[in-house]
Amino acid sequence: MVYLTRKAEFSASHYYHNPSFTPEENQRIFGKCNNPNGHGHNYTLEVTVKGEVDPRSGFVVDLKQLKDIMHREVLDALDHRFLNKEIPEFFQAIPTTENLAISIWQRLAPKLKAAQLHRVRVYETPDLFVDFYGEA
Amino acid sequence: MKGHLTRRYMFSSSHRLHANDMPDGWNRETYGKCNNPHGHGHNYHLEVTVSGPVDPATGMVCNLVDLDGFVRENILERYHLQNLNVLTEFADEVPTTENLCVQVYDILERGFRKAHLEKVRLEETMMNSFEYAGGRELRH
Repeated sequence: MVYLTRKAEFSASHYYHNPSFTPEENQRIFGKCNNPNGHGHNYTLEVTVKGEVDPRSGFVVDLKQLKDIMHREVLDALDHRFLNKEIPEFFQAIPTTENLAISIWQRLAPKLKAAQLHRVRVYETPDLFVDFYGEA
Repeated sequence: MKGHLTRRYMFSSSHRLHANDMPDGWNRETYGKCNNPHGHGHNYHLEVTVSGPVDPATGMVCNLVDLDGFVRENILERYHLQNLNVLTEFADEVPTTENLCVQVYDILERGFRKAHLEKVRLEETMMNSFEYAGGRELRH
């Protein structure tokens, strides 16, 4: 079993707001992130897949295929978007880094055939990241 | 108390991805630019993770001097500024970073006795990396 990690970057804007909270609660819980005009981040995504090394090619997975899937399923959808307004799963769910990692897992997992998805890591800033392993 | 220690190293090597027993067309299609007959190189960044009880006398899982010495003699001297394809371990195996990662793990597993080897992580570029834990599942 060998694990392979591929990185990518995308930029998006978001804000945190729960319509079931009062304005005061939203302000208290989400602070500056509650600004309805939104703010942005340069996100770094790390996708880790696992599998056995193919004895013929020496590959766990074709890196180009993995890169293409990441581009098609994640970057093309999320890059340079306002997550709350343009990405259907965030019309309801708050686009925190936690929910973003779960969303990216759900976008990638059904598309990966050659290797098994192990982890999605999303850095919101270099100092803050979330790991999701597909666990309920 | 058990601790995990990770140390980073760097080495530079060249390689060409080509399976000798497969047709040229298959190799070009499978490996793309990496099949260039003249080869190409990378700065590999290696992370070695070992574990063990923290020695109450030294406060260490293992002495970094021992780990550094072993890695320098057995891994860096073998791979740094070398062409991987001409090494015996890659005579019949394509020197992908997956296979190199397994080779590095095996060298440590066979010879390093000062702490338990947990994992080897090898970065081929800033954008991709490989991890091997002797076939074990990685812990979160």
